[in-house]
Amino acid sequence: MMNDNIEFVVDADRRRMLNWKELWSYRELFYFFTWRDIKIKYKQTALGFAWAVLQPLLMMIIFTFFFGRALNIPSQDLPYPIFVFSGLLLWNTFSSGLTSSANSMVNNAHIIKKIYFPKLIIPVSSILVALFDFLMAFLLFVPLLVFYGQPVSFMVIWAWPVAILLTLFATLGPGCLLSSLNVKYRDFRYVIPFLIQVLFFLTPVIYPINLLKYPFLQYVLACSPMYAAVELFRLPLTNTELNHSLVLMSVVSGLLLMAIGIYYFRRTEDFFADLA
Amino acid sequence: MRPILEVRNIAKLFKISHQSAGYLSLRERLLGVFRGEGLDREDFWALKNISFDVAPGESLGVIGRNGAGKSTLLKILSRITPPTKGRIVARGRIASLLEVGTGFHPELTGRENIYFNGSLLGMMRREIEGKFDEIVDFSGVEKFLDTPLKHYSSGMQLRLAFAVAAFLEPEILIIDEVLAVGDVEFQKKCMNKMESVAKGGSSLLFVSHQLGLVSKLCKNTILLGNGTVLAQGESSSIIDKYMDSVGVNNEFSAVGKANAQPYFFKRVRTLSIDGASAATYSHAEEICIEANFGRNETIKNVHLLAAVNNKNGQRIFSSDICLDDYTLSEDENTFKVTIPRSTLTPGTYSLLLALHIPNTVGYDMKDQICQFSIYDGGSEFTHFENRWFYGDVFVRCRWELVDGNNHQ
Repeated sequence: MMNDNIEFVVDADRRRMLNWKELWSYRELFYFFTWRDIKIKYKQTALGFAWAVLQPLLMMIIFTFFFGRALNIPSQDLPYPIFVFSGLLLWNTFSSGLTSSANSMVNNAHIIKKIYFPKLIIPVSSILVALFDFLMAFLLFVPLLVFYGQPVSFMVIWAWPVAILLTLFATLGPGCLLSSLNVKYRDFRYVIPFLIQVLFFLTPVIYPINLLKYPFLQYVLACSPMYAAVELFRLPLTNTELNHSLVLMSVVSGLLLMAIGIYYFRRTEDFFADLA
Repeated sequence: MRPILEVRNIAKLFKISHQSAGYLSLRERLLGVFRGEGLDREDFWALKNISFDVAPGESLGVIGRNGAGKSTLLKILSRITPPTKGRIVARGRIASLLEVGTGFHPELTGRENIYFNGSLLGMMRREIEGKFDEIVDFSGVEKFLDTPLKHYSSGMQLRLAFAVAAFLEPEILIIDEVLAVGDVEFQKKCMNKMESVAKGGSSLLFVSHQLGLVSKLCKNTILLGNGTVLAQGESSSIIDKYMDSVGVNNEFSAVGKANAQPYFFKRVRTLSIDGASAATYSHAEEICIEANFGRNETIKNVHLLAAVNNKNGQRIFSSDICLDDYTLSEDENTFKVTIPRSTLTPGTYSLLLALHIPNTVGYDMKDQICQFSIYDGGSEFTHFENRWFYGDVFVRCRWELVDGNNHQ
């Protein structure tokens, strides 16, 4: 980084484009923030990384008991535990990533006020922490598939990385938006858990989307950016046909939210140090 | 040579909203919209039209009273907050130390904190690895490297934090009074490190209230006041200006309960030759020091001492008399001592007064009291001005040509 040709200009009115060059030069900071947050998250916990696995496992058991057994909700010809766990894997990544990224700017205010770096690193890193938890939980998912004798179609295994990517996109948009709103209006701190709860029931995670009989309602639910991720993640497991228009709708909605979120973040980030 | 840092017409506006918290609540914002009124806000220009250049390798001090805009300027230069108007061009890596140990986390170990903090300051992992041993050595915490930071003493945390920052190699280093803390020995270590950073070709921007430190580290200084550059130039002359603007107080009087010491000061002030209290003198004027003291006992061999300090607090000379030769009253004794004309060079000075038995016991001592300043009223030294530091005293020396053989 010892480069004599570095030149930068701070102008009172400048453009709001993403500065890829700068983000690249700070690439190690993504790693260090993620690494720090993972370390802190699991320090002084007796079970450590096991928590990343335990949380979705316990939720799976509860949902299986109430929704699978008691309410007998259909599960796209999958064993209900597999159905719900595959959904929860991504959903938990989304919800914990969104919660921590939305609070990330406020939680790191002391750093933002004292030192310069591309602030986008902070919400992105909190989402990467959630991705780490996902990988831990995924390690449980594989033996679970074996246990239930669930066939996996390797022809469409590409859907898994695509689903993970879509989850990250779906988290990044609202995460950036909420984190910058949170700096300005602390009200959002209380909105976030409520919002996630509502979204959870509006997104077909613990029930299949065709549980709804009206196509119009299906389209409304497909606006949730997490719908496409969850649906694609289950693709190698089920024989159900993918509803392309619904999935496309969800993908577009996710990308649009991401663009809005990052744009708003960039537009307001300069003033975080003054407000936080 | 092109300046490494160009600052052009920087201004910063803060909207002060009249509410306790710095952030807004959404409800107030919404209510405001419905009532069709804006928030009750006041404009405050923290900086107005600041311009200056920093040359490669130059050390620039920034001084000014609290609220002059120093911190805001530093935040803008370190890109933490954007300017409302103006433009900055930097031709090199800027590292700012507005705080020692930014991002230090109590749960992480010393080693982990070195990596995280170093990375925050803009070092690459390779760089940190390369300098790791030096950093640890400088901080002196090698025994506790794998202990969480929360078990460190505050002194250890500080040493570790400064050690990481000391091994940055930016082209431009911005430092805010971080040295105001820590023990004397470590401060000295930090000072040396900063001097070597400056000598190593990096530019240094140093903000401090410690004027002596500024004059030692920085060749040039800018004086900020009310968000504008009041003066800019060679450090010692700017520091003098600052001292003047702070308002010198040339009178001292002891307050509070009666002093139980055998001898104690009551009032000290500086007078001009006509007997009026004065804080500024031409260098060709005599300066009178008037000291009033009381006593509770009569002791042999007590001396009254007056000394003059320069603006850095260094003693220039002392003068004393033995009180045995005078008959003293119980509570009011006024002595006057006169400093001959053309003794002190232009600058700012303060006094030290003491009542003591030399090398044995001190009864009362007042240091850094009675500031006064001297201006050049046209002396034989005037031609040095702005080019040469006078030194603190004028000395009339005798010059002669020794090698007379070549000269008849």
